[in-house]
Amino acid sequence: MDLLGFVIAIVKALIVLVLMLSTIPILVWSERKLSAWMQDRVGPNRVGPAGLLQPLADVVKFLFKEEVMPQGAEKWLFVAAPVLTLVPALLAFAAIPIGDPIHLFGREVTLQLANVNVGILFVFAVGSLGAYGIVFGAWASNNKFSLLGGLRAAAQLVSYEVSLGLSIVGVLMLTGSLRLGDVVDAQAGTFFGFVPRWNLFAQPIGFLIFTVAAFAETNRAPFDLAEAEQELVAGYHTEYSSMKFALFFMAEYAHMITVSALLTCLFLGGWKVPGLEHIGLGPFLFGVVQTLAFAMKAGFVLFFFQWVRWTLPRFRYDQLMTLGWKVFFPLGVANVMLTGVLLLGSR
Amino acid sequence: MTVGVKVVKAPEMTVWERLYLPMVFKGLAITFSHFFRKSVTVQFPEERPEYPYGSRGLHRLNRDSDGRVKCVACDMCATACPANCISIVGQPSPWPDREKMPETFEINLLRCIFCGFCEEACPEDAIELTGIHDFASDSRENMIIDREGLLAVYDKTAPSRPRRAGKTASEGASNVEREGSLHA
Repeated sequence: MDLLGFVIAIVKALIVLVLMLSTIPILVWSERKLSAWMQDRVGPNRVGPAGLLQPLADVVKFLFKEEVMPQGAEKWLFVAAPVLTLVPALLAFAAIPIGDPIHLFGREVTLQLANVNVGILFVFAVGSLGAYGIVFGAWASNNKFSLLGGLRAAAQLVSYEVSLGLSIVGVLMLTGSLRLGDVVDAQAGTFFGFVPRWNLFAQPIGFLIFTVAAFAETNRAPFDLAEAEQELVAGYHTEYSSMKFALFFMAEYAHMITVSALLTCLFLGGWKVPGLEHIGLGPFLFGVVQTLAFAMKAGFVLFFFQWVRWTLPRFRYDQLMTLGWKVFFPLGVANVMLTGVLLLGSR
Repeated sequence: MTVGVKVVKAPEMTVWERLYLPMVFKGLAITFSHFFRKSVTVQFPEERPEYPYGSRGLHRLNRDSDGRVKCVACDMCATACPANCISIVGQPSPWPDREKMPETFEINLLRCIFCGFCEEACPEDAIELTGIHDFASDSRENMIIDREGLLAVYDKTAPSRPRRAGKTASEGASNVEREGSLHA
């Protein structure tokens, strides 16, 4: 790699990092506002216009809070756990493309950090590592509530991860590639001239399983069993305070961002907008509109995440495991077989 | 067994309900409809809710028509007080129509339970509870209200009757209930 390529890679990495980290406060704000509106409340409205500076106040509060480490805690793991949770969420985004390659400085620049040919596997593999941070943190806290939360996180992990993997097999069979860019490219155009050729419509069962599993993957309600504040105080992060807690908090939102982007790539056609190429925009504007479309789709998924959180009550963890193993696992296998039969039949 | 046991069975769910997803969407529709509803929040310091008639808050010491303190330091409120928060030191009154008046009259608002017994006990209708409730302070000393403070509450809340219309006839310039005007 030459110097320019190196610089471009660094700049892209910084942009992705800054974008993700600056989206988190917006999500925190929107979470509080949305929940307030759903409950006929107002939400934060004192700090800044419409409470927009509330996350900033939260950050200041987190920074000045006392760091507490419980007696008998496993020091290294206790400190490492929040980092182990946040970093995979940020890292997984590296393989997610957010637009068609653009031409800059006389070379082709992909709008993703790493154009890996096994992109989907990379995102899954790295993203799932976040659960280790939760389990480590829970165990290292030397607290029974934390431990129970970590235990649940582990039980949850094995229950949904299989279905999560199975849910995208159908997509991969249709696309024939593990490269996320290829998956998105395959979703360009329309079915019958009006339905967008998104995998949402080609793989509805896969989409359903993936969405539900994504809630479990991000530890969001209705599958926030590891936290379960009514039973477990705060679950795995009961003993965490100050910035260490904030890292767990940010990790949840970073996971949400990554999963939403992945969901958009896999099922919602990524940055493809049907009919956009007929409008005749310039190449630069075309790229901007595409990236905006991607952001809007991912933004809607994020909104959906929060919408569901403030609607559904939490599942019991035996219910989650029943759902994972007895419903979604067979459904996923059936979906793979059905897709295979249909693919063979259409040949 | 003497107690009749009635077995209550949970209602059977229909297939539609057991599918779960339709019900999820129904729930989502319900929460979505709430986005557009009016908020029930009262922005407290700027907005005041309507307090129920007869709600009990901060005390006041009433004045008579000449502006003198009505209290005759009989100590009946302090005797009736279950929280023991009233302490009165009496002195001879300079006026011919009564023997005593309070030299000091202190209420420890941190001990007070706002039961209103002092008001019930008072033979002169001198002590009354108002609807004022937001009198927080940053020290215990400031939460002990003295005679002048109690009279000042009267000056602030008069001529509205704090809670019961027509209770103290001697004051009765007007029988209009003016609970709301306390907070105006």
